[in-house]
Amino acid sequence: MAGVLKAKHQRLVLLSLALVVLLAAGLLAAWALRNQASYFYVPSEIIAAPPEPDRAVRLGGMVENGSLRTAADGVTIMFAVQDGKARVPVTFKGIVPSLFVEGSGVVAEGRMRADGTFIADNLLAKHDENYVPREMQDMTMEQAEKVVRETK
Amino acid sequence: MHGFANPARFLRIARWLMPLCMGAGLVVAVAALGWGLFVAPAERLQGETVRIVYLHVPAAWLGMAGWMSIAAASFAELVWRHPLAGIAARASAVPGAVFTGVCLVTGSLWGRPAWGTWWVWDGRLTSMLVLLFLYFGWMALSQASEAADGGQNKAPAIFGLVGAVNIPIIHYSVIWWNSQHQPPSITVGKSAMSGDFLYPLLFAMLGFTLVFAGCVLARMRAILADQQAEARLRRKARADVEAF
Repeated sequence: MAGVLKAKHQRLVLLSLALVVLLAAGLLAAWALRNQASYFYVPSEIIAAPPEPDRAVRLGGMVENGSLRTAADGVTIMFAVQDGKARVPVTFKGIVPSLFVEGSGVVAEGRMRADGTFIADNLLAKHDENYVPREMQDMTMEQAEKVVRETK
Repeated sequence: MHGFANPARFLRIARWLMPLCMGAGLVVAVAALGWGLFVAPAERLQGETVRIVYLHVPAAWLGMAGWMSIAAASFAELVWRHPLAGIAARASAVPGAVFTGVCLVTGSLWGRPAWGTWWVWDGRLTSMLVLLFLYFGWMALSQASEAADGGQNKAPAIFGLVGAVNIPIIHYSVIWWNSQHQPPSITVGKSAMSGDFLYPLLFAMLGFTLVFAGCVLARMRAILADQQAEARLRRKARADVEAF
């Protein structure tokens, strides 16, 4: 068969096959990493399989609306992180990033206490994929999303 | 395609196409940046820092497009032995690496105000940094194999194809894995980005893409000119030796 094929067609077939195999290997490796390569745990994962109390982990999710409180000392804050299925109470002492607000995403670095509270040493704000101008900020989220949908 | 196997024909077209791409690209990119920096609104949560998107996203796209060009050229080189393919790959490497570097730097500058950190080792940032190192490795390998032997240099082409595996990993890193970086705002046919940001961004991407194409064409001409000068010197040296 190879004798019938022109050399450049043979190279085309072989190289295409090699590329498909290579891509499949890359995707399989990435698939195998799907749990290890995540940057943080979401609340439902941390509740289903709590890490050992002193292990440093990251917890990511949305800051639950209405959960943010400041303690009497003025610098410690308490809030809950939720992913729609579970919620984890978080305590943090320090300066929060400016994008840290209720209802938006957060990644907390710290450890789980035995009583189920997460003690954060550091907070990172996460912003979502939505970009909305300031003029629309007084609209409700649904209105803003509608405007964004219409502009696509 | 093989009409271009003759470099003279390619050079005739590149002579006017290069300045056209470069000029049009610079005009569009500068206009889009002006639009983005001075006319487009501030973002609801991020405020003015959102404006870095008009440089960050085109740079990210071209960093990845640069490697896709290397991979496509490598494929053409291995299968069809196209004489310009290896030159196109070498010409794409430096602009691709520069845009990848711009993407990493602007992303870091953006991460500080938006997230509260310059750098995190999440899937997206790490895979993009890997892309920069792949460029460095590829440039070193292509230079070394060129120095070793002008004719048979398959190693950079194979490296170019293998490295392309990183491109879908960069793209899907924010979808497969929980990451600090947000998922894509612009996907085929829809945008989570308001048109106030989207249109200047699309123009910036178009402008920088044209600039990138202009750079690649200019570098291809320079490499071809180098090769011609080299060949002429060799001929001259041989003639001198024979005359001696």
